[in-house]
Amino acid sequence: MVSVREAELHLIEHGREVPHLGEQYETIEQQNDAYTIGMWAFIVQEVLFFGGLFASYAVYRFKYLYEFVAAHHTLSVVFGALNTFVLLVSSYTMARAVRAAMLQQHKTQFKYLLWTIFFASIFMVNKYFEYSSKYHHQLIPNQSYSAEEVIHHNHLKVDNGMVDLGKRKVSLEEFTGRTKLFFSFYFIMTGLHGLHVLVGIIILAILAVRAYSDHIRRVPHADYMPVEMVGLYWHFVDIVWIFLFPLLYLMGGQ
Amino acid sequence: MAAHSHEEHTHAQRVSFYAKTLWVLMVLLVVTVWAGFLKLPDWLGIAVALTIAVTKATIVIMNFMHVRFSSKLAWLFAGAGFFWLIIMFAFAFADYASRHWEPVQGW
Repeated sequence: MVSVREAELHLIEHGREVPHLGEQYETIEQQNDAYTIGMWAFIVQEVLFFGGLFASYAVYRFKYLYEFVAAHHTLSVVFGALNTFVLLVSSYTMARAVRAAMLQQHKTQFKYLLWTIFFASIFMVNKYFEYSSKYHHQLIPNQSYSAEEVIHHNHLKVDNGMVDLGKRKVSLEEFTGRTKLFFSFYFIMTGLHGLHVLVGIIILAILAVRAYSDHIRRVPHADYMPVEMVGLYWHFVDIVWIFLFPLLYLMGGQ
Repeated sequence: MAAHSHEEHTHAQRVSFYAKTLWVLMVLLVVTVWAGFLKLPDWLGIAVALTIAVTKATIVIMNFMHVRFSSKLAWLFAGAGFFWLIIMFAFAFADYASRHWEPVQGW
């Protein structure tokens, strides 16, 4: 048991250079376990939050399969695959940053945090190009939405206000509404994911500043748990994209 | 299997462990893009795409997120999350799949 006075002395003597053991914990390992479980509880509710979107996407993909397949062809598989590549590499650099933090190699940790920010930024720049191209083609699901680009892209025939989808015909109005629904899913899901990437970049920047300061001051026993916890968050963001990419860009079958 | 003696309580692994994990993920990325262009029937295409995605996610969770080396309680929390996710999917899909059995106007 650590008294309040002892804890104060500990802080005065070491600052945050040594992980501080909370009064309610027996050992630093127990405390780290509690951090990990708390972070997992947060990630699990994030999983369920995105899960709701995936569930509704699945229902409408099943219901309007032909319209969704036609709409998804306007997304660039090259951009999607490139972004998957970039995020997977950023997960690797994040894992290396966590490893360096555990081994108290603050300069390496700083370097890999910067790499992770770099790849995350490339992801956001790609997303910016993708979104602007959708804007340019009037595929943003608002009042000015038009299915013209979807029809043109898929070489669909429109006859008497009916769109020919090969196996069935739907009215242009229905086709417009259903492809618009696809783009609503696309923008909500990738938008929320992009927001998580942006938040990640900010937190990673804070960690990078801390790592650099630990490097300059040659801190021998810095607390690596913040880096490991942000690592968990970052890998989770990667996992969301691992599912978004095949479901939105590849769509499985034809 | 700590990579450094003075940090034996951490989950730090050899660099090659993380590099190999990345290589496997990259191979799976190539496979999923390739399968996407195969023009498989819809049910098969989506089954292949989702199987690869689940495999990739499991690899990230186990190796990058260190769940493989974490406490039993962390396993329970991570596992419970996906269990709840399956419940949400199962109930939502069961609802939509059974709606036409008892048609109600407006559904």
